[in-house]
Amino acid sequence: MIAVPFRPQLTVRAFAVWRRNYLVWKKLAIPSVLGNLADPMIYLFGLGYGLGGLLPQVGGVPYIVFLAAGTVCASTMNAASFEALYSGFSRMHVQKTWEAIMNAPVSLDDVVAGELLWAAAKATLSGTAILAVVTALGFVHSPLALWALPAIFLTGLCFAAMGLIVTAVAPSYDFFMYYFTLLVTPMTLLSGVFFPVDQLPAAFQGAAQFLPLTHAVHLIRPLLQGQAPDAVWLHVAVLGAIAIVAFWIALALTRRRLLS
Amino acid sequence: MAPLSVDSLRKSYAGREVVAGVSFALKPGECFGLLGPNGAGKTTTLRCCLGLTAPDSGSITLAGEPVPARAREARARVGVVPQFDNLDPDFNCAENLLVYGRYFGIGDALIRARIPRLLEFAGLAGKEKTSIRVLSGGMKRRLTLARALINDPDLLILDEPTTGLDPQARHLIWERLKRLLADGKTILLTTHFMDEAERLCQHIAIMDAGRIMVQGSPRELIAGQIEPQVVEVYGEDAPGWAQATAGQFSQRHEISGETAFCYVADAAPLLAHLAQHPGLRTLHRPANLEDVFLKLTGRELRD
Repeated sequence: MIAVPFRPQLTVRAFAVWRRNYLVWKKLAIPSVLGNLADPMIYLFGLGYGLGGLLPQVGGVPYIVFLAAGTVCASTMNAASFEALYSGFSRMHVQKTWEAIMNAPVSLDDVVAGELLWAAAKATLSGTAILAVVTALGFVHSPLALWALPAIFLTGLCFAAMGLIVTAVAPSYDFFMYYFTLLVTPMTLLSGVFFPVDQLPAAFQGAAQFLPLTHAVHLIRPLLQGQAPDAVWLHVAVLGAIAIVAFWIALALTRRRLLS
Repeated sequence: MAPLSVDSLRKSYAGREVVAGVSFALKPGECFGLLGPNGAGKTTTLRCCLGLTAPDSGSITLAGEPVPARAREARARVGVVPQFDNLDPDFNCAENLLVYGRYFGIGDALIRARIPRLLEFAGLAGKEKTSIRVLSGGMKRRLTLARALINDPDLLILDEPTTGLDPQARHLIWERLKRLLADGKTILLTTHFMDEAERLCQHIAIMDAGRIMVQGSPRELIAGQIEPQVVEVYGEDAPGWAQATAGQFSQRHEISGETAFCYVADAAPLLAHLAQHPGLRTLHRPANLEDVFLKLTGRELRD
């Protein structure tokens, strides 16, 4: 039975859930940030210099500059996904943290909203940390790059909401492998993170237009290279719409899982 | 006003009626025990009362609020100790209480002011910075009880509060619950430990298969539901003896393995008879709540 009133009932109590996660994170903040940085930076330098040395300019810039913007987007996606999937599942299913919270005057909707905002915030931190490093290394010059911050947050929201859908139906941690293997990894290759989408066969180029990461890349890469993105509102609308619809689906599924 | 009243509550899962028309009400300041074997519908009843599961029919009023319509507001006045510990393993004792208080919208300063007293109540004085991971089972239960008191609730709901604890830890929990009752709190607890119910509860409802079978004080139930005396007869020959003879001396008897339970109004004739059978060992005792429970819910194993 999915007798769900399909309007999310949200209150400011969601921030108490957010703060709970923040307090846990704060205890391990430095290793957490370094951990989030290490992997993408290794790829950025390895591919950026190693592979980039073999290439002429890509998209009008040195390959490492091209790749830096893609890395910001992919890291934001990964951070949001990991938080919403693995950490969210731990709190929901393993530690029963959500059940404890729901015995207090906090609704499940507030819990899920708090998790959404937390995963988006953590993803923003991850994307921003890489942005800061590549800026410090001289790959980003334009103040337009500041506009990437809200775009990173929106990307985080979008992937956090999608991740919460998977968490809502996951029987165990193993289930998440499907999501990463079947969705996240192909998306990373199809969305213009490592190479321009127009290198792909036509059918894949068409498919790429439906992937949220493509829109994040279209928004963020020009900003880091000092240009205003084309069709800004289209990309914002796609990311925003996916975030809203995915959150709504995640909420309905989580209610069915925990409140029936 | 009743801290909690439940009327004609029903809830089915996949066509199976787990709660099949349950009604009860708590009086302010009493300890109400909801007893029943595993699968009787106790936990589902509690989930409905807290607004965590929507009932199929029936009405619930918790802390003056209709549930589930205003469950969130109702829960602000209630403290809950769940069946399984769900303390936050990433936090120390004080942080567990602080974070939980925030879920009630209580300001940090007020929560911090309450923490030392709550930890002292839980027998965890000075353990503010102790990690949850090193606490024993009994300490975790007591901290969970302290956590349920962070909002100074009028009503405490405890789902099997002493399951899995050793006798020392159990007695300490009982002592604390009695203190809370003395302070005027109302308690609803579920248990399948009859001694727990007999010690703590002024009012008891015995549930099985989704229904409340009887309600009343422990004394009333023992007086009203069962013969006052029990003679337990042990030994290899006990089942055979009971089948042949027990009916002559007792109103009712039950055989379980190598033990015969004889329920009698007057035990003297039975004891005199048994004295002539040296192969049978006997235990004569007054009837208790467990006898009532087993009479009503049967002796078959529940899984």
